Amino acid sequence: MKEWLKKHDTLYFMLTNKRFVGGMIFILSMVTLAILGPWLAKIELRWYLENGVKEALDPTANIGIPYSPPSSQHWLGTNSFGQDVFLQLVYGLRSSLLIGIIGGGLATFIGLVVGFVSGYSGGMIDELLMMLTNIMLVIPTMAVLIIIAAYLPYRGVMIESVIIGFTGWPWTARAVRSETLSLKSRGFVHLARISAVKPMRIIFGEIAPNMLSYVFMVFILQFGGSILAAVGLDFIGLGPTRGTSLGLMLQQAVLWNAIQLGMWWWIIPPGAIITALVAALYTVNTGLDEAFNPKLREM
Amino acid sequence: MGRYLSKKITIYVLTFFIAVTLDWAIPRFMPGNPISILVSRFSALPNARKVLTSYFTQSFGLDKPILVQYLNFWKAFFHGDLGISVYLYPKPVIDIIKESLPYDIALLLPSITLSWIFGNWLGALAAKNRILDKTLIPVLYVFTAMPYFWFAIIIAWILGVVVPIFPISGAYSYSMTPELSWTFFLDFLYHWFLPFLTLFTVMLGGWAIGMRNMIIYEIEANYSRYLESLGSSDKLILRYAFRNAVLPQVTGLALQLGTIVAGALTTEMVFSYPGIGYLLLQGILHQDYFLIQGCFLFIVLSVLAANFLVDLIYVIIDPRVRYSYTEGA
Repeated sequence: MKEWLKKHDTLYFMLTNKRFVGGMIFILSMVTLAILGPWLAKIELRWYLENGVKEALDPTANIGIPYSPPSSQHWLGTNSFGQDVFLQLVYGLRSSLLIGIIGGGLATFIGLVVGFVSGYSGGMIDELLMMLTNIMLVIPTMAVLIIIAAYLPYRGVMIESVIIGFTGWPWTARAVRSETLSLKSRGFVHLARISAVKPMRIIFGEIAPNMLSYVFMVFILQFGGSILAAVGLDFIGLGPTRGTSLGLMLQQAVLWNAIQLGMWWWIIPPGAIITALVAALYTVNTGLDEAFNPKLREM
Repeated sequence: MGRYLSKKITIYVLTFFIAVTLDWAIPRFMPGNPISILVSRFSALPNARKVLTSYFTQSFGLDKPILVQYLNFWKAFFHGDLGISVYLYPKPVIDIIKESLPYDIALLLPSITLSWIFGNWLGALAAKNRILDKTLIPVLYVFTAMPYFWFAIIIAWILGVVVPIFPISGAYSYSMTPELSWTFFLDFLYHWFLPFLTLFTVMLGGWAIGMRNMIIYEIEANYSRYLESLGSSDKLILRYAFRNAVLPQVTGLALQLGTIVAGALTTEMVFSYPGIGYLLLQGILHQDYFLIQGCFLFIVLSVLAANFLVDLIYVIIDPRVRYSYTEGA
């Protein structure tokens, strides 16, 4: 096993990097929590289910006694409406991860295409695409999100991720462009070109493999960025119109004076889980950087 | 120099143009006909006829061709006419925004500049001090991963409820009216402190981490190695490294402004601080679309202006910019 790994040295450095492994373990455990959440909630809310309260597993159902602190019946207590905080947290985590994957994926994809085309083709196309990128970069993303979301009467997690994806790509495009520019002028690419290798083969055979690690890191940053953007949008009151999310939980908490009432079980968990998740993503990113970049490896 | 500035200005003018166009287009081309909702909201108000005839016919004029509507929108915009608020009827949106502006400036200007300066200093310190690097930087990483408003909530809870030292709502006591006096000023400062502290702390992390990474990169650079081989002191090398490392941080400031403003919006919402963010929240809660649109325009324009300012500063502190720019870096 170890011999095999030594041959694939990047993989070896990834799996021996403490930051990468630690962050990854945390992220995977959050994913597990999101997947197993509804099942865990069945254990948590067994009392209600045994007593025939069928809507107990709906995160927006007012089932418990309002304002109750954490107990064995409600692991994270209830909010001002008697909704179970743990149940909301689990469902909120699900939508956050979904937004991270879809929104982050979309932003990475657009940024990659724009940046790559721009850097590889150069000339007029490059000028135009970079003009567009720079314009998008200066307009505050959040303001655009707000104005679009404000006019959408029904918003779902999907729509939210798509608009986040469509506004989050500019910095990726810029970074990918400069990466492409530097790869384009490397010796092996020149060699391929003078050996009359077809452009498509140069792109996918010579340049793409060298950018793979970079793209992966960009995706991780976009993943975290999308989660944060969505939480902010939800908090402003422009999140999904149905269901629950972590930002929505915090908005309700603030609007219903959870701070003044000292309901820490309502205000701490949603933010703590986002912070931990995004911090773990950043840690994985740093770990990957160390693994992919020989200069940064700690020997 | 001229080429650099003219290129930048072209981008800003285009961006401004696109932002205003977006502001015009979104309510018109969104599904669900938001304009009919707008009109119906106004018809429930007293003096509705007056409002509808003034602003709507001016800038909306829905019976006219699209192009005329568009031109009229620009005309109204240059007259400072952003419509009339439903929520604070019959106040014009522009006046409401003007009133909340001083609070935003008082909050954002000190928190951005101080966190930038202090963060850079802290980052440079961490770059050469191993203990600080191992203890402080991880904490700062957590700060950068935190939603601004959640930190605001936690600060408000700890310093306003658990240990009730500071007020957590409003910009001044309810019993006071804004005036130029010491008592009002002190009361204002007292209410200003927590939102300021929140923004300052959350932003600090990003600057410190950026600076630390840049300094480490610069210390590895050839010129630093050369200085080292000449036997110059660490302090001198660090001074050179700092001067080079600060440049990307200035660019970073421009790039981060949008995020900062968005974060400040949510922070104001937590503290009910009467800046643009709080206004926006009220607009959204009361479905006051003119107010939302006015806030959008205002935020975009101020971020554009601030970006331009940073660009100008950049030219002053880095004379190489004109050369590097023409080469197309």
